[in-house]
Amino acid sequence: MNTTTASTGLQSLSISQRIIAGSLAILLGLTLLVGTGFAGDFRLHNGAHDTRHAMGFPCH
Amino acid sequence: MIRNLFAAALLAALCAGLVTAALQHFRVTPLILHAETFEGEGGHSHGAEPVAADHEHAAGTPQHEHDAIATTAAEPEEWAPADGFERTAYTTLATVLAAAGFALVIGAVSMFAGVPITFANGFLWGIAGFVTFSLAPAYGLAPELPGMPAADLGARQVWWVGTALATGAACLLLAKTRAGWAFAVAIALVAIPHIIGAPAAPDEPSAVPAHLATEFAAITLGTSLVFWLVLGTVFGKLNDVFAARSSVPNGVPA
Repeated sequence: MNTTTASTGLQSLSISQRIIAGSLAILLGLTLLVGTGFAGDFRLHNGAHDTRHAMGFPCH
Repeated sequence: MIRNLFAAALLAALCAGLVTAALQHFRVTPLILHAETFEGEGGHSHGAEPVAADHEHAAGTPQHEHDAIATTAAEPEEWAPADGFERTAYTTLATVLAAAGFALVIGAVSMFAGVPITFANGFLWGIAGFVTFSLAPAYGLAPELPGMPAADLGARQVWWVGTALATGAACLLLAKTRAGWAFAVAIALVAIPHIIGAPAAPDEPSAVPAHLATEFAAITLGTSLVFWLVLGTVFGKLNDVFAARSSVPNGVPA
């Protein structure tokens, strides 16, 4: 059993559990990426300005 | 298990985000600050054009005054973090939040595709993330410093997202199967955004010295590679740790 411990995290999940977890993760993840990398609001733009340039997001 | 995914993703993002923020503070931000001193000197400046000098009023425009200082200063009414500690703090926060975003996105891809992120394959996830979100977009849209001429922002954002989606799909496809057709499709997915072509920057002179721009491009790509390798590896390690821990009550590991 010891050899399977590394993969139990994903393989022990049912399809529906994976879809729920994945949907929640992608929703929150994309919200964070849009906020930090893409949003046009000047407060978000100016606050994240150097990060956008450093991470290669289009800025300005 | 959902909690495990989020905990692993967010802890890995904190770790990778802080490492990256440190690199940004010492190697990237100084170049941005240096470039900003040239902003407005060359052919391109954003939002800082002195509008007072030569514009005409339509008939019936109410009487108003042009404050020369306010209109020539860069976006005087917009909030921006003050240089120094505040700016560093915001950049660090934004980098950690972006890291969390990237971690949750690859965590979601792992869930949807059924490809686990482990310590053993974490660096491969990292390389795929780097190729998808840094290298492929940079191949068309080179990392830009403030003050450099650039095409329309919306068009560049669309191309960036499209390129990341296509390249990421190619990586995922090859992770799932190494069939001949998969290589053909993956090569097409990677190549198509570059055949379409990124929005071209206008051919304007820039006051930003070339050596700053080349240094910036190399350092940001290198920093992104470090970010992705740390993120993928730590994410995988934490997944292994959480999986082993939650499997212990059922069957004690030998």
